[in-house]
Amino acid sequence: MYTQMVDVEAAGAASDEQRRFDEKLDRGVTIEPKDWMPEAYRKTLVRQISQHAHSEIVGMLPEGNWITRAPSLERKLILLAKVQDEAGHGLYLYSAAETLGVARDELTEALLSGRAKYSSIFNYPTLTWADVGAIGWLVDGAAIINQIPLTRCSYGPYARAMTRICKEESFHQRQGFDVMVKLCAGTAPQKAMAQDALDRWWWPAVMMFGPPDSASPNSEQSMHWKIKLFSNDELRQRFIDQTAPQADALGLVIPDCELRWNEARGHYDFGAVDWDEFYRVVRGDGPCNRDRLRARVDAWEEGAWVREAALAHAEKRTRRA
Amino acid sequence: MTSTTRLDPLIEYLLRFGDTALVLGQQLGAWTGHAPILEEDLALTNVALDLVGEARAWLSHAGEREGLERDEDALAFSRGDREFHNVLLVERPNGNFADTLGRQFLFDAWHVLALEQLSASSDGRIAALARKVRKEAAYHARRSADWVVRLGDGTETSKARMQAALAALWPYVGELFEGDDVDAEMVARGIGFDPAALREPWSRGVGAVLAEATLVQPSEGWMQRGGKRGLHSEHLGYLLAEMQSVRRSVPGDLW
Ligand SMILES: [Fe+2]
Ligand SMILES: [Fe+2]
Repeated sequence: MYTQMVDVEAAGAASDEQRRFDEKLDRGVTIEPKDWMPEAYRKTLVRQISQHAHSEIVGMLPEGNWITRAPSLERKLILLAKVQDEAGHGLYLYSAAETLGVARDELTEALLSGRAKYSSIFNYPTLTWADVGAIGWLVDGAAIINQIPLTRCSYGPYARAMTRICKEESFHQRQGFDVMVKLCAGTAPQKAMAQDALDRWWWPAVMMFGPPDSASPNSEQSMHWKIKLFSNDELRQRFIDQTAPQADALGLVIPDCELRWNEARGHYDFGAVDWDEFYRVVRGDGPCNRDRLRARVDAWEEGAWVREAALAHAEKRTRRA
Repeated sequence: MTSTTRLDPLIEYLLRFGDTALVLGQQLGAWTGHAPILEEDLALTNVALDLVGEARAWLSHAGEREGLERDEDALAFSRGDREFHNVLLVERPNGNFADTLGRQFLFDAWHVLALEQLSASSDGRIAALARKVRKEAAYHARRSADWVVRLGDGTETSKARMQAALAALWPYVGELFEGDDVDAEMVARGIGFDPAALREPWSRGVGAVLAEATLVQPSEGWMQRGGKRGLHSEHLGYLLAEMQSVRRSVPGDLW
């Protein structure tokens, strides 16, 4: 479906508009909302940005699960602020998507009906306090590696949203790492909790970069459009190279017996990823897919009367004015 | 059974403000990720952040004055419900959005007035703290009043829910204005204020908002009391069990 659209576009014999668009891509000039753009480019961006927005929103749930149980008042504040940041990221990204002519309500509807995807990592449960540390360290860490290149992507509003978001994600990453530092320097049960969290979150975090390049059909077109700047496997390697020494520093063991530094490659070698698990979770059979979506649907449906009241009140105001 | 040995009145006084802010902040934190609209996830979390921040300040001050090496976290996570001194209003359950915003509105209107009084405290640290959080509280009060008006003068459903929320919360407002020996001593020492003095300005402010919201002020009936002295409703035990669970089940000093 998607490749077909690309073909139609190409068949439309490079119009002047198309030539100007290509030229901008070549020169690294950003595409702005009012500029002409190929329909397939617009659609791909809407999909990518809205999936990203949905991930921020669903991503509030696993960590939000620990707000009421954070083990110190300072940690409670940090976690509240972090989850609030994710809501803010969702808002910027929905606004960026709106510049492409889709309304936030339409996108929300796509999420709630199960049609739209969001990052699979959030379909895993947060079982202990250490999961809050592991998510900040690994998941926000992986998100940064994914997103920093996007601050230079071809679509202006998306690139600018990414710049803002990446700054906050790097706070989250440091705060998460700090939770792990405290747990690893603490009592034996605290350290065991940290190791258990790493054991459960490591592979899902490695999968966050998406399927291997050999199985990633849309990548080439997105790279040409500069809405993807590095391949999934390149980013995954970068994440592992960055994270392995951090685990060493914490005194934790990454649950991959094939993980070792390869001097010749200048990178860590690592074991095989269980892509069956990845596709299973993407298809809806992760441990929390149904619960996550249910929580979002409940919030939306139970809040309907509040949104209606706000609207009704605003209308009364306008009529009276 | 009494609520442990009586504390120094100043410590108990500080704990009343700290615990009240903490319990309400804790409750609002449970909304994060579940609000009716994304903007409200942000806003409710903001209020939770302010209140937990305020609680930290009161509790660490209480801990320092007490001199028993109990810091803010020891006070928040190691006391049982009979040792908490928050007013009953803030431990009413979140319920629906009208229940939460109704509770917030009734509390905020009092909070602003209380902080105004404390800004003139003879205790410099209390006065400084009250002045610092007063602006936040004033903002919360505008926001919650705004929601009461929108829900009251919104749809039939929202009006009914807001009216029901007020009726359920009303028996818990009396305690806000009831003084006891601790209050009396704080007044005598120039540290605190007479709660009864806030009643009139509170009623005026709340009444004006309810009128704009086309809501009826519930009739005065029996008022529940006890929170300030450590005698709570059943809700607080669960709230604390949840809040304190990690700290109580896993040994560790640093988190
Ligand atoms: Fe984010
Ligand atoms: Fe984040």
